Amino acid sequence: MPKLDQKPRVMLEEFRVKNAPDDYGMADEKWNFKKFAKNMRIVIVRLDNFEMEFDLIGVQPAFANAFRRLMLSEVPSMAIEKVMIKNNTSIIQDEVLAHRLGLIPLKADPRLFEYRPEDATVGTEFDTLEFSLKVKCSNNKSQPKDSFRPEDLYENHSVYSSQIKWCPLGNQASVHKEADVGPVHGDILISKMRPGHELDLHLVAVKGIGKDHAKFSPVATASYRLLPDITLTREVTGGEATLLQSCFSPGVIGIDSEGRAFVQEARYDTCSRNVYRYDEIKDSVILSRIRDHFIFNVESVGAMPPNIIFIQAVKILRDKCKSLLDELNTL
Amino acid sequence: MGELNKNTEWESTKGLREPIKELEDKWKLVPSFLQVKGLVKQHIDSFNYFINVEIKKIVQANEKVFCDADPLFYIKYLNAYVGTPDLEEGFNVTKPTTPHECRLRDMTYSAPITVDIEYIRGNQRVIKNKQLIGRMPLMLRSSNCVLTNKSDFELAQLNECPHDPGGYFIIRGQEKVILIQEQLSRNRMIVDEFKGAIQCQVTSSTHEKKTRTNVIVKNGKYVLRHNALTDDIPIAIAFKAMGICSDQEIMQLIGTDDTTMKKMGPCIMECHNLKIFTQNQALAYFASKLKVKRFQTANSKSRSPIDEARDLLATTILAHVAVENYNFYVKAIYLAIMVRRVIDAESNRTAIDDPDYYGNKRLELAGSLLALMFEDLFKRFNWELKSIADKIIPKVKAAPFDVVKHMRPDLIANGLFAAISSGNWTIKRFKMERHGVTQVLSRLSYISALGMMTRVNSQFEKTRKVSGPRSLQPSQWGMLCPSDTPEGEGCGLVKNLALMTHITTECSEEPIARLACNAGVEDVRLLGGEEINHPAVYMVFLNGNILGVSRQYKRLIRVFRMFRRRGLISAFVSIYPNHNQRTVYICSDGGRLCRPYIVVENGHPLVQQSHIHELKRGIRKFQDFLNDGLIEYLDVNEENDSHIATRESDIDPYVTTHLEIEPFTVLGVCAGLVPYPHHNQSPRNTYQCAMGKQAMGTIGYNQKNRIDTLMYNLVYPQCPMVKTRTIELTNFDKLPAGQNATVAVMSYSGYDIEDALILNRASIDRGYGRCLVYKSAKTTMKRYSNQTSDRILGPSRDANTGKVIRAHDILDTDGIAAPGEMVENRQVLINKQMPPATLNPVAQGQPQSVDYKDVPITYKGPVESYIEKVMVSSNSEDAFLIKILLRQTRIPEIGDKFSSRHGQKGVTGLIVQQEDMPFNDRGICPDMIMNPHGFPSRMTVGKTIELLAGKAGLMEGKFHYGTAFGGSKVKDVCNELEKHGYNYHGKDIFYSGLTGEPLEAYIYSGPVYYQKLKHMVQDKMHARARGPRAVLTRQPTEGRSRDGGLRLGEMERDCLIGYGASMLLMERLMLASDAFSADICGECGRLASRAWCHACRSSAAVSTVEMPYACKLLFQELASMNIVPKLTLKRYC
Repeated sequence: MPKLDQKPRVMLEEFRVKNAPDDYGMADEKWNFKKFAKNMRIVIVRLDNFEMEFDLIGVQPAFANAFRRLMLSEVPSMAIEKVMIKNNTSIIQDEVLAHRLGLIPLKADPRLFEYRPEDATVGTEFDTLEFSLKVKCSNNKSQPKDSFRPEDLYENHSVYSSQIKWCPLGNQASVHKEADVGPVHGDILISKMRPGHELDLHLVAVKGIGKDHAKFSPVATASYRLLPDITLTREVTGGEATLLQSCFSPGVIGIDSEGRAFVQEARYDTCSRNVYRYDEIKDSVILSRIRDHFIFNVESVGAMPPNIIFIQAVKILRDKCKSLLDELNTL
Repeated sequence: MGELNKNTEWESTKGLREPIKELEDKWKLVPSFLQVKGLVKQHIDSFNYFINVEIKKIVQANEKVFCDADPLFYIKYLNAYVGTPDLEEGFNVTKPTTPHECRLRDMTYSAPITVDIEYIRGNQRVIKNKQLIGRMPLMLRSSNCVLTNKSDFELAQLNECPHDPGGYFIIRGQEKVILIQEQLSRNRMIVDEFKGAIQCQVTSSTHEKKTRTNVIVKNGKYVLRHNALTDDIPIAIAFKAMGICSDQEIMQLIGTDDTTMKKMGPCIMECHNLKIFTQNQALAYFASKLKVKRFQTANSKSRSPIDEARDLLATTILAHVAVENYNFYVKAIYLAIMVRRVIDAESNRTAIDDPDYYGNKRLELAGSLLALMFEDLFKRFNWELKSIADKIIPKVKAAPFDVVKHMRPDLIANGLFAAISSGNWTIKRFKMERHGVTQVLSRLSYISALGMMTRVNSQFEKTRKVSGPRSLQPSQWGMLCPSDTPEGEGCGLVKNLALMTHITTECSEEPIARLACNAGVEDVRLLGGEEINHPAVYMVFLNGNILGVSRQYKRLIRVFRMFRRRGLISAFVSIYPNHNQRTVYICSDGGRLCRPYIVVENGHPLVQQSHIHELKRGIRKFQDFLNDGLIEYLDVNEENDSHIATRESDIDPYVTTHLEIEPFTVLGVCAGLVPYPHHNQSPRNTYQCAMGKQAMGTIGYNQKNRIDTLMYNLVYPQCPMVKTRTIELTNFDKLPAGQNATVAVMSYSGYDIEDALILNRASIDRGYGRCLVYKSAKTTMKRYSNQTSDRILGPSRDANTGKVIRAHDILDTDGIAAPGEMVENRQVLINKQMPPATLNPVAQGQPQSVDYKDVPITYKGPVESYIEKVMVSSNSEDAFLIKILLRQTRIPEIGDKFSSRHGQKGVTGLIVQQEDMPFNDRGICPDMIMNPHGFPSRMTVGKTIELLAGKAGLMEGKFHYGTAFGGSKVKDVCNELEKHGYNYHGKDIFYSGLTGEPLEAYIYSGPVYYQKLKHMVQDKMHARARGPRAVLTRQPTEGRSRDGGLRLGEMERDCLIGYGASMLLMERLMLASDAFSADICGECGRLASRAWCHACRSSAAVSTVEMPYACKLLFQELASMNIVPKLTLKRYC
């Protein structure tokens, strides 16, 4: 049995996840800044406007988890909070309509806005975005004959998020560009209507955090997984090798020219542990995960790019630490 | 050697033993069946038969009305019709209506009953067509309903949901179902044991009479017992009264073997001892045992007792066996068979019939119940016409008596409406008094409405504690759902039909009798006892009546079945032999349970794969299968004469006669929702059947047009990830009631003990479990007899400020709350006022407007609602009808009840922020966490499989099937999971959301369909500090609706006594309840009033004592009964 390297790891056994016997979790470890600075690394694997994958290496799970939690619940974003319903004759109920509108992601950089004071009754240009949605469904005058498709028969029979119009407050029109404000996606179906139905709504978006309501969360999800590690304990060849290969995600196990299996890239493994189903090969691998190697995946909802969201989370953590320290110092 | 033999045997039958290929997509026959028969077709068929056929028969049976006053006068009904639904708009103007209009306007969905009559007016014979005699409530989707044969689009224009099953009535705006009633079959001999004695019982039922005849053993002798007789009649006398006078003849009819002779000996002897030898002597004996009639009519006086006895014997005893010209021979044979059965059962206990056996049961449907009620009302109608004629004809009048002017349609209409709306079926003629025949259609969910339509109610008393009628009968197989029954008192008595069950409607006997005669049945009237009882001969019964005897019963049965498969006789006629009784029974009566099977001949099912292909392409319909004799209906009795294979592989070429269409059809509608029910412990499926009816979701496509008193809707209902065939057949996937929640089976926090669930806050924020609760408020603006009427006023204004008062804030200027407004507790919805006097006529010119009484319709409830819509219309009394629909949107909170489809209910124990929820490698947070302790004792393996199949379905982008006795295999599902990189067993690595470290156990997680049940904390939460008290006792009121106190009950009291907390007891039971300072006279010990003792005429010894008011009340009440309670007072310190 080959000796495993010194990385901290959890063992994925057949029926449970097991820490090494002497490992009581890294929470007990004495924290040393120098050591931390030396080990800590961030590797960005993939980044676009909506999604980011990066590795956070050499930190304790509490750190990684804190960032994950902050991204989910404390990084602010803008969302529709109030809906003034002037007219709603569609079949969708006022409350349900308001709820649906609230969940539409808005592209508005929350860093440019302030939280609206709790006692404020009207918003200002610094803390509020206002929109209007005014749609009326009617019969299509130039409807083609013999067609029964609603899109031919009626006009505006579906209300989409693209129909939401921004109403700049005060100086907003000059501060923000038209393209930077509004729903992220234009094709979100809000309601379906029939002739005679009408929506006349005034929407008020404010800045908020995910703790308050999930609609304020800037991420669709932010989570991490630990880096998988696969070690072969013996030589696996021939049929067993292909069987072994099939037990893991594609690209994890390779087979060399002599038919021997080798670990190609453990990172891609989904840790399905299906190798334990086969008695003949279950002894040939040790499955484990590196405890201080977090593969983060951040999916932004669209208001901010994911890397900014992460940085925001870091800033929030810093501010929290600072305020704690300040409090402690005043004692 | 043995081995070799086996081999050769196998060789010789090789051709036959070849495995029969399974028919692919055989289940497609089920939707095809439901297309023609539908889930509520039984109700509709039965009602159609009633309004199209039976009503005419009833009118014909009572076609003539005569009058005592004028012998020439008569009314003759020529024909009767039930029209199309309409509403009476007054002044004989009618307007066609739709069911939905009736629902909204609180009207009755009914059609006129018209007759063609011929009668005498003056001296003329007049024929009048289309005379209205009453109104018939119409069953929705019956032949006369406007909804039949309408396309979905047309239904939508009538505001009707295309998936609504119909089969119910609308009476004064209420949807009413006539439940299927189960009862013992009529006109059949049933041998049972009653208090240790064997008896043979026949309940005869004809249009005129319902009587019960027994043959019982009494002191070793056989006697005839009947309600119309004061005493039991020895059997031999009964025979002699029927004209079978010789003892030999009697014995030949009953049987001439030794044991029978021995047993009959004493009976014959008794007859001799009584010196009865002739028919007249026997009839005289009969006459002496007749019950004395209380009312002697002119008719009955003139007859001799012997005539009366003969009449009784002909018409009342064994009433269903017809007697022509007082020729009792057939009836005597029938009686002989009854005696024979008793004798057989005495020596062979297996000959005793099982009254719980489903072959002996008949189901009564809306049609037959309404027919009973209609006949009764029609007879009363005619009787009333007669008495009017009797009264008026003798009077000399200018205009000749025209009976048409006295025909009041109200009698029949109101009688039918009242019966259906109250559910009380009282028919004096038959001494029938039944309650709870109808129920309000439950519209909680689509399934609850559908489930109600298949419900079967037993006549058995619910309070009796016997297990027999409640337990699952093997003969219920395939006919009644084994799972769907309530818990508690109705358990096993209230049942539900299975998916493919059909209930027969009556078909006429004459052609069948004729066919039987052609097939070799000989008339018994031509045969003597010896021939009838010959061992080679089988007796043939048709609907419980003797038809004849057959020497080749096998041929008879074969011929009949062939006729049926060829479609020469009705598909619902059944024929089956009983070898012990040496009889063949042919049934064509209504109310039998039956279901279709594939015919198997020579070990091969007649339905071939090619037929299924044709079915799939739409060339073949279910009826074609019936017409071609590939499929036939078997009723319970005939089922027992068949060998039915469940699957193709079970077919035994030598014995198998039929093949099951699909095994999952043994379950009903509600049990059909459960995925993998065959993996669950059976009570769990039963629990789900009860809970599926409480799940909220969509109730129909027209739900937004309805104004129900209470309606629950889900905001975002979903079709289950794991479907069943039944779900598709019942359209549950189109009108779902639940959502697919991603469930992690793990423990979390400790707020999940005892089945509590943990919910994800973010899921709730995104709309999980959100529901809409609609309630309605209603009022009518009545017009009173004194020309006054109710009125509605606009909002009142405060006298000082001129502002609208708060209670009237939401009122429009018309005094009715405006749609879209938010209503809070105690705000007025309709500002109605009532005139002070409604009876006495108000003097003209007097100002009427003075003191109108305020009777506002107010909103009550701690949580505000929104007004969805307001309807102003008029009802059948021409009064204004105002209905207001109120809406609440409710978000799941702690204490709301959820349930999966496996009888696993639980309340929300905790709602957790998303970041605190565990998450897996892919970043998935569960919507719901369920404690694994829910599994071991409940054994709901089906739920774990549902989770797996659902998860695999998500990855594949398809629905898996969890159909009973079939469905996707666990192995395939798991392989699918593995293919997508998931663990084979469905267990994933999860990280704790709190610490960020991986959890030590692998977590079983995936989507499970969860239903939100109607029980929500918001409707139940209750607390009280101070509040209202009952007037009489001054104790706090009881119940949440009256803001009542929380009772410290007897057991709680016991605890406090045991603990010795006497001061606490004192506080709870007196001070916090009805403490009262009573003045007591220490001298005489009686209650004093205002510190003055009336008895002692002094206030010297009066002191104040704290006591419960109830105690003081007791003393006063006792004193009022001349019992004087006296108190002895002592100083305690």
